[in-house]
Amino acid sequence: MSTATATPTGTTASYVPSAETLGAVMAPGARPPRPSPVAASLAFGWRAMLKIKHVPEQLFDVTAFPIIMTLMFTYLFGGALAGSTSEYLQYLLPGIMVTSVVMITMYTGVGLNTDIEKGVFDRFRTLPLWRPAALVGMILGDMLRYVLAGSVILTVGLVLGFRPGGGVGGVVAGLGLLIVFSFAFSWVWTMFGLLLRSERSVMGVSMLVLFPLTFLSNVFVQPATMPGWLQTFVEVNPIAQLVTAVRSLMAGTPDAGAITWVLVASAVFATLFGVLTMYRYNRV
Amino acid sequence: MRDPATGLAIEASGLVKTFGSTRALDGIDLAVPAGTVYGLLGPNGAGKTTAVRVLATLLRPNGGQARVFGHDVVRDADAVRGKVSLTGQYASVDEDLTGMENLTLLGRLLGHRKPAARDRAAQLLAAFGLTEAADRQVKKYSGGMRRRVDIAASILNTPELLFLDEPTSGLDPRSRSQVWEIVRSVVAHGTTVLLTTQYLDEADRLAGRIAVVDHGRVIAEGTPGELKSSVGTGTVHVRLRDAGQRPEAGRVLAAALGAPVQAEADPVALTGRVAGDDGRLQAGERAARALSELAAAGIVVDDFSLGQPSLDEVFLVLTDRPAEPAGDEMEAA
Repeated sequence: MSTATATPTGTTASYVPSAETLGAVMAPGARPPRPSPVAASLAFGWRAMLKIKHVPEQLFDVTAFPIIMTLMFTYLFGGALAGSTSEYLQYLLPGIMVTSVVMITMYTGVGLNTDIEKGVFDRFRTLPLWRPAALVGMILGDMLRYVLAGSVILTVGLVLGFRPGGGVGGVVAGLGLLIVFSFAFSWVWTMFGLLLRSERSVMGVSMLVLFPLTFLSNVFVQPATMPGWLQTFVEVNPIAQLVTAVRSLMAGTPDAGAITWVLVASAVFATLFGVLTMYRYNRV
Repeated sequence: MRDPATGLAIEASGLVKTFGSTRALDGIDLAVPAGTVYGLLGPNGAGKTTAVRVLATLLRPNGGQARVFGHDVVRDADAVRGKVSLTGQYASVDEDLTGMENLTLLGRLLGHRKPAARDRAAQLLAAFGLTEAADRQVKKYSGGMRRRVDIAASILNTPELLFLDEPTSGLDPRSRSQVWEIVRSVVAHGTTVLLTTQYLDEADRLAGRIAVVDHGRVIAEGTPGELKSSVGTGTVHVRLRDAGQRPEAGRVLAAALGAPVQAEADPVALTGRVAGDDGRLQAGERAARALSELAAAGIVVDDFSLGQPSLDEVFLVLTDRPAEPAGDEMEAA
């Protein structure tokens, strides 16, 4: 899609504002009641869909990036760590899916930061709406991206030889849990998106948080060979718990402890960072 | 449509807003009558945008208070939001979306169902001459079209108070006059308009009353006529054929007008304030005498006019400095 400014044609030169037509549109019809929180959030979600429709390039990071991650790590580590790539894939795939989707959550913060920079949020913030709607809607739109990224990785995995023991039900449940966690985790980035001054600094902070969280985990290797202090970190790392839970669901042997842990962590992330985000949002 | 107690759309007293050590608002008082266009006039960095953002509930003041139609902008922000609309200095529409999508989105956010929102959007686009551009992304619009879709978005809910922050900055003359017409139609319908501008002629043409803002304070307030008459009776503008004759022309003018004469940046232009009536001569008579004395001195005059003082001159008198952008100061956060 060309970003070059097309020469505006037609209407500008000939437009003559007419008091009559403008008066007609100003005539107050019956004002509709305020939208419910759900309706307002869905309207903002629709906005996110429209943005994807107009700027489809932005889907590059939820399609190409996960494919590259999956291929790269399968063939890089497979032989060395598990004896064969197809063997390793059974272990790696749920983890690489978690890593890719959680990495993508940071674009929520980047997107919010850019939006606020451009001024369109000034209008949203002067509307008499349920206050979190704009952000909830934005994250709802992002959830579509998470589903897309997860599905892309799953497809690549299946082609390469990933054979989950949990079947369709287990895979869907695993993906579902991942999406729930990602929705909750996105509120961390909305807070940073509002707090930091530039898109670039949001990116920087996101990487600083995400790299250790995803790599110092059980995504790539069993933590058994790690030094003790690192094993302790991996145990409390929410990403590692998420990987354990998703892996267990996809393998058809649900780990109730890890799943509970993930759900509790999701509730804590969404509540804590949701509140911090809204506090900041009301005072930008 | 108004605060029943006062008839005022906006009532602010002692508003203070600081950003770090910068006092963007340093005790602003405002009383904006309902149903009028009110102008906030001042250079860049004077605090106009900050004032609008506080009144539109986007910023919390550090001190003072403000009411919009009787509702406090901090404690009762939600009620204020139900009555106002803002067209910001930068596009307050989504540039990635089309005009139609922007207005439909806003309609839905105001509670319309999707088909009704779409109808309302189409109606507004038609009234603003944007039907042909309805399905184009806003980033491909010209400056004037962008401004119009922005204002259309602001009147979608027929607000009782419309904030327009520098609505004609960067527009070509035709688009400017289109925006002026729109503002006149909007106010004719009963909506109060608070307009910020650094174009002095714009405030003069549109606003019923003007507050001149400088360094976060209101330094003068009144109708455009009152502000002008506080400065002097009139001003003579002269353009010469030959720049070399300017020093001599200046001497002749100063003597004839009975007041000092200023050389403008334009090498052939001179401006002189006409001394007030001193019982012997009216301003017009002095000006007429000045013109004939220039002719008698053999100075060729291409253009000669006697006018009320411009708001530029008002600003100069009020602040002892020209209405130039303050440059390094912060306008908004």
